[in-house]
Amino acid sequence: MQALSIQQLRKQYKNGFEAVRGIDLTVEPGDFFALLGPNGAGKSTTIGIICGLINKTSGAVQVFGHDIDRAPDAAKRQLGLVPQEFNFNVFEPIRDVVINQAGYYGIGRVKAKARTEHYLRQLGLWDKRGASAQELSGGMKRRLMIARALVHEPQVLILDEPTAGVDIEIRRAMWTFLQTINKEAGITIILTTHYLEEAESLCNNVAIINQGKIVEQGRVSELLGRASAETFVLDVSTPITGALTIPDYRVSVLSDQQLEIEVARGQGLNALFESLSAANVQVDSLRNKTNRLEEFFIRLVK
Amino acid sequence: MQTIVPPAINSLLYMVIFGTLIGSQIADMEGFRYIEYIVPGIIMMSVITNSYGNVVASFYSTKFQRNVEELLVSPVHNLFILAGYVAGGVLRGFAVGCLVAVVSLLFTELTIHSLWQTFSIMLLTSILFSLGGFINAVYAKSFDDISIIPNFVLTPLTYLGGIFYSIRLLPEFWQGVSLLNPVLYMINGFRQGVLGESDISLGVAYAVICAFIGLFGFWAMKLLNQGVGLKD
Repeated sequence: MQALSIQQLRKQYKNGFEAVRGIDLTVEPGDFFALLGPNGAGKSTTIGIICGLINKTSGAVQVFGHDIDRAPDAAKRQLGLVPQEFNFNVFEPIRDVVINQAGYYGIGRVKAKARTEHYLRQLGLWDKRGASAQELSGGMKRRLMIARALVHEPQVLILDEPTAGVDIEIRRAMWTFLQTINKEAGITIILTTHYLEEAESLCNNVAIINQGKIVEQGRVSELLGRASAETFVLDVSTPITGALTIPDYRVSVLSDQQLEIEVARGQGLNALFESLSAANVQVDSLRNKTNRLEEFFIRLVK
Repeated sequence: MQTIVPPAINSLLYMVIFGTLIGSQIADMEGFRYIEYIVPGIIMMSVITNSYGNVVASFYSTKFQRNVEELLVSPVHNLFILAGYVAGGVLRGFAVGCLVAVVSLLFTELTIHSLWQTFSIMLLTSILFSLGGFINAVYAKSFDDISIIPNFVLTPLTYLGGIFYSIRLLPEFWQGVSLLNPVLYMINGFRQGVLGESDISLGVAYAVICAFIGLFGFWAMKLLNQGVGLKD
């Protein structure tokens, strides 16, 4: 049974804007899945429909076999949502935010308190348990929403841009936490993000959505393999004066000690280094100009 | 404290100004001293405005802060969501109503003619106006929208619902018009419970209140089930 199955999902808003235009999508249990797309592509609308926050126009959605129309309660029990925008009562102590959410799932107060402590500790918020949510930093608020989404121990966790506006240290800590619950607890994770490096590092499978339609879907490794070219930035030790031509490669001189070279799929790096050596260019270091998935993504949605 | 005491102070002022200062110059009303006659109406006015105000403000603020989404993503049935908000409105209405009743003891003896009748009319009325507040909050798109109905509909209906006068004092035509005001039935039903005296039949009062509860309850559930103002 699939963790999430979507068939021909459509959403047209009252103003006539068609945000989702016939999406078909499946996510396997235990997967770490990325839903990528530019702003306004339909990612948040799709997530809203799955979680019961937005009415769909047509189509069907099942969560672990539970149809969201025919068995909404069973479907909702499987889902935990970390939305893009903060949506808790900012005046409430954060411990109560999490405990109350457990109550909405019928979890008794004693168990709810224990789980709240567990998740607040895991996410580094236990020391702030008595503080109102408005006193937290942006990163803490994001972590609070993760704790709240996990308190009823869902099988599918949906995170809509969970690391937006979060500093790199907290972002890395959140990655580690998400990887842990994915691997150890087997929670299926569906993630939307604008940080494609995040998707490439964390996710096994990806769907790219653009203008309300899935334009690409598959394993991250497969999609990266399909990228037609990669662009590298090279730092060189011998200053380059004038134009530099390397046969079969597109080369741009960024400065006298920096080059940008586009390597087409199948060309390989050995041949490039041989050509550079032949041209008396000594390479100190090399790096991708952009993240590989990002490059693929940009080519796809451009 | 800040939600229960201010309405009691308002009611205290009504009792001082209309009941004691002006009321001392007014003859008995339907066989009761004027202050005795208006106290049940003032209590009901507090119950109505506070039940309504509690629900409209609390549900709109959860929409505004978006924490209503916590409920929408969870498997809580819409009926329980509605019941929770209505229970909050009823409790607030009762808390304020009881405090106003206690304050009224400073001005008059409050002997209850029928405790069951007084309690049931107060309960049903607070349920009705809590449902009204909920419907208002569902449709509201701004804070202005949650004050329009209380200011332009609820307040006139309440004041014209016989708090300060018996409709028998009105010309026949205006008596007929007054009978179209549903608040009249609640205030008079409650007055009947407290004083044993009313302008209208008690059975009609119960029927009108229950009919409106049924209508508003159905309306509120339909809005919730369709996700009006919440899911689009």
